[in-house]
Amino acid sequence: MTAVTQERDSYLDHFARFEKGTAANGGGWLAPARRAAIARFAELGFPTTRDEDWRFTSVAPIANTAFRPPDAGRADLAPRALEPFTFEGLACSRLVFVDGRYAPDLSSLRPLPAGVRVLSLAEALTAHRDLLEPHLARYAGFHDDAFTALNTAFMEEGAFVHIPRGTVLAEPIHLLYVSTARASGTITHPRNLVVAGDDSQAMVVEEYVALTDDVYFSNAVTEVVVGQNGVLGHYFIERESPQAFNVSTLRIQQGRSSSVESHTVLVGGALVRNNVHPVLAGEGGDCLINGLFMATGRQHMDNYMKVEHAGPHCDSRQFYQGILDGHSRGVFHGRIVVHKDAQKTDAKQTNRNLLLSEDAQVDTKPQLEIYADDVKCTHGATIGQVDDEAVFYLRSRGIPEDAARALLLFAFAGQSLERMKVEPIRRHLEALVTRWLPQGQLVEAAR
Amino acid sequence: MLEIRNLHAKVGNNEILKGIDLTVKAGEVHSIMGPNGSGKSTLAQVLAGREAYEVTEGEVLYEGKNLLDMAPEERAHEGIFMAFQYPVEIPGVNNTYFLRAALNASRKARGLEELDAMDFLPMVKEKMKLLEMDDRLLNRAVNEGFSGGEKKRNEIFQMAVLEPKLGILDETDSGLDIDALRIVAKGVTALRSPERAFIVVTHYQRLLNYIITDFVHVLVDGRIVRSGGKELALELEAKGYAEFENGARAVAAGRK
Repeated sequence: MTAVTQERDSYLDHFARFEKGTAANGGGWLAPARRAAIARFAELGFPTTRDEDWRFTSVAPIANTAFRPPDAGRADLAPRALEPFTFEGLACSRLVFVDGRYAPDLSSLRPLPAGVRVLSLAEALTAHRDLLEPHLARYAGFHDDAFTALNTAFMEEGAFVHIPRGTVLAEPIHLLYVSTARASGTITHPRNLVVAGDDSQAMVVEEYVALTDDVYFSNAVTEVVVGQNGVLGHYFIERESPQAFNVSTLRIQQGRSSSVESHTVLVGGALVRNNVHPVLAGEGGDCLINGLFMATGRQHMDNYMKVEHAGPHCDSRQFYQGILDGHSRGVFHGRIVVHKDAQKTDAKQTNRNLLLSEDAQVDTKPQLEIYADDVKCTHGATIGQVDDEAVFYLRSRGIPEDAARALLLFAFAGQSLERMKVEPIRRHLEALVTRWLPQGQLVEAAR
Repeated sequence: MLEIRNLHAKVGNNEILKGIDLTVKAGEVHSIMGPNGSGKSTLAQVLAGREAYEVTEGEVLYEGKNLLDMAPEERAHEGIFMAFQYPVEIPGVNNTYFLRAALNASRKARGLEELDAMDFLPMVKEKMKLLEMDDRLLNRAVNEGFSGGEKKRNEIFQMAVLEPKLGILDETDSGLDIDALRIVAKGVTALRSPERAFIVVTHYQRLLNYIITDFVHVLVDGRIVRSGGKELALELEAKGYAEFENGARAVAAGRK
């Protein structure tokens, strides 16, 4: 038996044990979906680079590792340990998950408008089946996606956010996934469901952070459903341990005239796959898919966008920027699918990459599938180095070379950050980016 | 202030400067004129420290120090400023932030206290008035989306803020309409002082109607073929460069 088959079988064993547990704690109604998902995973196995969608990313390090479910018990964490992960000057409700498990004592909810629900998925599975059942696992398909299949089979921990029709949430909801040394060697399957009703407005920040340098695997899926005229912002911040694996799928379902912004910042992890898949299902919706990925060392970051126009008169804007240093590798796969009835689609995709070292590499691949005849779709990709003309210009004005380079890198990243409208979050991310940049402190000092 | 002796420079295998001698004293304005390809922009770039040019012979002393040994930023700290012929667009870098970073880098190098935003802004606003610049340009990215005239004005504005000892204008007048030209000239004139010198590189005599120049040098094929006062510019305007170019060819032929 090959190692990969062995590891696959070990997930099936885990599942058998997991299923016994969940039947007892109220999520039993999900059993058919879970079983279908694990069966599909067993058929699919992990993808290989022979799969077109994984051509540039080998997940062999994941497939060959015997990850285990998290142990019982929890790391002893003081609230103070989470301070670096809060947004200065921004009050928000926060659900904290430690090594994959909901930590009520570290979580805090602000007063919320009537009918708004923010709670752990595990609890919601029992208490709010009526709200979950129409949506959960209805959008994030697992037929062709082993990771989503695995997540669906094991889904239990995560967050459920429900915003009723016509409700405006003034403060963001922060979903904070913290990995500690206890996470070493484990796999978790964070699963989030955000349901925003018609005419509602909300902002959700999904963040993965580490208090350890160990190997672990976060296999996350988030489904976001936005009703008619709904306005929703989603931030995905990935700052996992340098040895961690993070595979995430953000599946957004948009109703008529809804407006969604998805912002992503990737800085951590050894191997990261970031799937963003909005479906503009109603007429007149729009979405902004904005991302910044920064890799160094031997990090591998793969961004797989699939923007699906299913309704007419929808606009989509994708802007993804990468900065790659060391021996790192980046991938941008931008797929735009325009269905037959999605006339008057206006879809734009831009991917820009900066390579900071000769050994860094990026593969960028646009892919348009257009089945309507009255559409506007554009895409553009660039791969380049820091502009020497600009460096000389700054130096000729007295700015030392290292500071000039740092400033230009920050400016490049800044074009992505500028699209993030929530100022405290943007500042938080600016600081994160500045710390990451070689000589970033020179930018900070001059600001 | 500046002493250029027998300066030779090349790009790749192409020798562009073939022995320039020029002395500039504090308070003076020197105009360098010449046809396309004569090397006048190269001279400006070499003085600013662009690494694409290789100096093969000669020396440049600036206030007694070897200028060619200094990095571009050190030259700026020492008070050299070059207004670019083609100012570079820098998306994402805010003009105000850039100017303050530049000014503070020089102040720091000179052992002066860095300026905070409170001290910086009033000074900047005043200089903007001088160059009749729209306030909004301050909050835009450096040169991004600026018109040609705005870019050139922005160069002179930066010079006004950084207050160099030696200002080098590399064809700042090229491509300017008459209003922009007048404003640029006004900015330069306002900066003139007994302690400050300028080297004005230009293709056209026009700018010299607005900037009072003390010396005019004609640069042809990498050498200064003639120097004189302002009247030389007028002569050039009337006769063109042809005569000088013929002369330069004769000199070159004679040396062979």
